[in-house]
Amino acid sequence: MLIYILKRLVYVTPVAFGVSLVCFLLVHLAPGDALSAVLPADATQETINEMKAAYGFDKPLPVQYLIWLWHVLHGDLGTSIATGRPVLGEVTRAVINSLILASVATVIGFTFGTLFGFVAGYHRNSVADRAASALSVFGVSVPHYWLGMILVIVFSATLGWLPPTGAGPDGSGNWRPDFDHLRYLILPAVTMSVIPTGIIARTVRALVADILAQDFVEALRAKGMDEFGVFKHVVRNAAPTALAIMGLQLGYLLGGSILVETVFAWPGTGFLLNAAIFQRDLPLLQGSILVLAMFFVVLNLLVDVMQTALDPRIERA
Amino acid sequence: MTAPITATSMALDGGVLSTGDAAPEAAFVPSRGFWGHVGHRLVRDPVAMGAGAVILLVVLIAILSPWITPMDPYKGSMLRRLKHVGDATYWLGSDELGRDMISRLMLGSRLSLFIGVTPVLIAFVIGSGIGILAGYVGGWTNTILMRTIDVFFAFPSVLLAIALSGALGAGIFNSIVSLTCVFVPQIARVAESVTTGIRRRDYIDAAKLSGASPLTIMRVQVLGNVVGPIFVYATSLISVSMILASGLSFLGLGVRPPEPEWGLMLNTLRTAIYANPVVAALPGVCIFVVSIAFNMFSDGLRAAMEIRQ
Repeated sequence: MLIYILKRLVYVTPVAFGVSLVCFLLVHLAPGDALSAVLPADATQETINEMKAAYGFDKPLPVQYLIWLWHVLHGDLGTSIATGRPVLGEVTRAVINSLILASVATVIGFTFGTLFGFVAGYHRNSVADRAASALSVFGVSVPHYWLGMILVIVFSATLGWLPPTGAGPDGSGNWRPDFDHLRYLILPAVTMSVIPTGIIARTVRALVADILAQDFVEALRAKGMDEFGVFKHVVRNAAPTALAIMGLQLGYLLGGSILVETVFAWPGTGFLLNAAIFQRDLPLLQGSILVLAMFFVVLNLLVDVMQTALDPRIERA
Repeated sequence: MTAPITATSMALDGGVLSTGDAAPEAAFVPSRGFWGHVGHRLVRDPVAMGAGAVILLVVLIAILSPWITPMDPYKGSMLRRLKHVGDATYWLGSDELGRDMISRLMLGSRLSLFIGVTPVLIAFVIGSGIGILAGYVGGWTNTILMRTIDVFFAFPSVLLAIALSGALGAGIFNSIVSLTCVFVPQIARVAESVTTGIRRRDYIDAAKLSGASPLTIMRVQVLGNVVGPIFVYATSLISVSMILASGLSFLGLGVRPPEPEWGLMLNTLRTAIYANPVVAALPGVCIFVVSIAFNMFSDGLRAAMEIRQ
């Protein structure tokens, strides 16, 4: 197992470097340069050169990349051009908020997804199965930013039950686990959970139907095992794949929450990215994307290792 | 994750050996060919046909909209803003600047479809090219191409799309470029796995022995057998692409006002959710309906291509 993990690590390293390269180059895709947003229009050439030297923009690209990478490896993501604060601190705060939202959404999605998936897989072509299929198509087809608006219209604007935007009553950027803050979490979390619900339901349905059709299930029933015993076997067989999908969905939600976070003004990475894009704060943009992508790479690795550990049928070579 | 496997199995089960499924009693019926069978099965699938009809209708509206909109989609009146659905003049109400909603929704279908479908089409061409090359040539070419593709898989697609268009700046062209970059790796991976699946087949060897050049084999034997599964996979991406493209406009990164586009309309109408919630939600209904139609049509197409004995 240890050798397997080491092998995966060796495989992941070039991908991680590739990701850092993409994030680095992203800034250089931008029209104009990173400083034009903060410099006054009538800045003298001298000021411009001074600023360029201060931010290291006067060196050749490969050198800039290596310097940047060196800093990143030492935990320094640079300073935000708009606020002048270190990018790492801003990103960390936002990632924690996004992680709270994405985790809750994933748990909701996993709970309902497996529930619908199991019911549909056990009763194929029944009404429940059709409902589950419809739900999964709905989950992947609905524009979640629009769904968020609809939920705000229904539960905030019309019924007045839940707050429409923000993360807490005090307007602060920090979410705390108490009742008041929980009310702010419900609508965005439910909105985001729709995609994983659909995808997990679809996967679990196929898994369960597949497992139930296998000979060993018939053998278990033939030797007189009750339905609950058979059910436990089905769960054990479906778990590794279902958990792997759940892990990946967490990563997708964390990286893909920008639209939903914008609708709900949730102070997470999506909100931060939005600010970075429209203030043309390129170091902040670069830093947030790097952190999110690296998180996704690590999550993928963990999911892989976990799946291999849980499922003895997967070769560990 | 599962898509490449399905696509491969489709090529192996259906696409390649389609002539083998003639039942004995059908021996005298001339074979329809693989695509004939797919079409035949697709026509008998009511859900896929319904979805296809919706897509066709929207495409027709998009083409004809400059001539058939009941009112001028750009001309507003602050006195008549946010009229409700069912108004005598404005059938589907009016927007926050008093422009006719139904006209804007009709004209909006043009840009929404364009920015949603174009990236998938371009990515289909580029991604298939990369994937087929990597899958057929194999070796180091495959390693280099596919490991590069892996880097792009390290980004969740929404993040990659927003990061790229955020860096490139707002605009229709930039949002199409960034969405294309999102879909190329996905299509290339499927194309690679399908191509790898067929490259050791006997008919490839036969073509080699008959003296066909590698380019001819790639064009005739390989392309002919892998295009179907890749195409079906690409159609399944259109729905995602529509949602993402409108999402970029929703964020202010795609289409610019005053052009009507569903995602952008949804954004500008957000301020009206208290005053006129139904009108504010309408552009989203359009995105949703088209997206679900593409998804169902793609599912039907996939099912129709899974021909088993």
